[in-house]
Amino acid sequence: MSESHAALAEQYDYDIIKKFSIMAIVWAVVGMAAGVYIASELTWPFLNFDIPYLTFGRFRPVHTGAVIFGFGGSALFATSYYVVQRTCQTRLWGGGLIPFTFWGWQAIIVLAAVSYVLGFSQGREYAEMEWPIDLLIEVVWVAYLAIFVGTLMKRKQPHIYVANWFYLGFILATALLHTFNNLAVPIGLFSMKSYSLFSGTQDAMVQWWYGHNAVGFFLTAAFLGMMYYFVPKHAGRPVYSYRLSIVHFWALSFMYMWVGTHHLHWTALPDWASTLGATFSIMLLLPSWGGMINGIMTLSGAWDKLRNDYVMRFLIVALSFYGMSTFEGPLMSLKDVNALSHYTDWTVGHVHSGALGWVAMISFGSLYHMVPDLWRTKMHSDRLVGVHFWLATIGVLLYITAMWISGISQGLMWRAFDDYGNLQYSFVESVAAMHPFYMMRAIGGVFFLTGMCVMAYNIYMTIRQGVRQADAATQTAAVAAA
Amino acid sequence: MEWAWWSQAANLKTLGLLIFFVTFCLIVLWLYSNKDRSARLEEQKNIPFLDEERDQEAKDKSNG
Repeated sequence: MSESHAALAEQYDYDIIKKFSIMAIVWAVVGMAAGVYIASELTWPFLNFDIPYLTFGRFRPVHTGAVIFGFGGSALFATSYYVVQRTCQTRLWGGGLIPFTFWGWQAIIVLAAVSYVLGFSQGREYAEMEWPIDLLIEVVWVAYLAIFVGTLMKRKQPHIYVANWFYLGFILATALLHTFNNLAVPIGLFSMKSYSLFSGTQDAMVQWWYGHNAVGFFLTAAFLGMMYYFVPKHAGRPVYSYRLSIVHFWALSFMYMWVGTHHLHWTALPDWASTLGATFSIMLLLPSWGGMINGIMTLSGAWDKLRNDYVMRFLIVALSFYGMSTFEGPLMSLKDVNALSHYTDWTVGHVHSGALGWVAMISFGSLYHMVPDLWRTKMHSDRLVGVHFWLATIGVLLYITAMWISGISQGLMWRAFDDYGNLQYSFVESVAAMHPFYMMRAIGGVFFLTGMCVMAYNIYMTIRQGVRQADAATQTAAVAAA
Repeated sequence: MEWAWWSQAANLKTLGLLIFFVTFCLIVLWLYSNKDRSARLEEQKNIPFLDEERDQEAKDKSNG
């Protein structure tokens, strides 16, 4: 290790960030491969091979768990540890707690995936983990909160930069959501099975309070923390308006908590509750677009950076998808639109325009910026970053276009009546009509996964290059000292 | 008890909503109502670039 590298390593704790960054890439490849497989199962059902472990019902949470908590979670741990240290200008606080968050989090992802394949599930979307894994999450998360707050408390910079507010909001909200959504009674100390403390409609409402806030705080606020650091940093210019970023933070924090009930329109949930959810969803459009404009306008006066910098393109395209998803979401939360869109593939398309377009792309941009800095080297190939960008963009567009057509067609077919007032189409007819779009979705997924593999290769080569350069510098220093 | 109207579940929700709404309005007012404060806050947007100076300092230090 060169002397300057050693001095920087002493200044900041980069080891934990490197570990989480590598695992973010690994889980992205695994999770997206699982996604392509289940998309293919829906297109070509023979891929079930009559093996229960491979069926859609068991593999779907493996996909969501690996991409949301494996890839997204690891990317958030990595970037939050990086951003909090660099903006507070101090090393991480926490000693042994720091590696504990890494090994604990990786164990959670593996245990969850294995338990799903074996058939253990709470049946709660994005919270399928059974109670022993939930308890482990609780412990790891409290350690994460302690590290983050401990680091903030020993900061050398008096002001807490806004990206850290978003990260802290995400950590606190996730702790709250996870705890209350998983209040359950195990049927025995040595049994994986448990039953929720809530029942019926209340249970559904708690689940979607969790579900939508997982989107709001885990998949939005946290990645906005990423955005508020890496967009200005990579553009080499400060964020467009700091005050707008503060309004963005508080508006999201106040409003997101109310919107979960829009997932339960036209159900047994009282009408006022779902109307309240829809109203707050519409109001959320303002801060979401304010934040998007704030991020994009950071490039004001330097739009030329988009011409040849693919990392910048990833970051700005991510913001565009953030804007698009946060427009589509409130639209779908309107009761009349929801009557058409709910239970159809339109929802799946909406989720993926947010997950692939916003979450994954902002993470790719941030990791491409951060990894060369962590290993004190340059990106192995900027050209491959470009290849990844186009594969990812084409993949997302194929995916969401397929799901828009498929979803709206499904909605229209299910509500069509003939002249005698009977349903015009049977359910299986709507399934058959979706087949070409399911194929298109699987192809979109293959594009996105191929781009991810290109990134994994490029990052691997970058790290190898960084390690070799560090070794060579150490040898040169040793020779000079001798 | 009349004075405990706020402790009833139905009233608590409305009260909570009002408290959040007023707090949010106060935050916005605080952010935009004073020119000096606005200028001070806008200066904080440069924090991500301060670490570059520290990187350089660390390198200088290690180079003696």
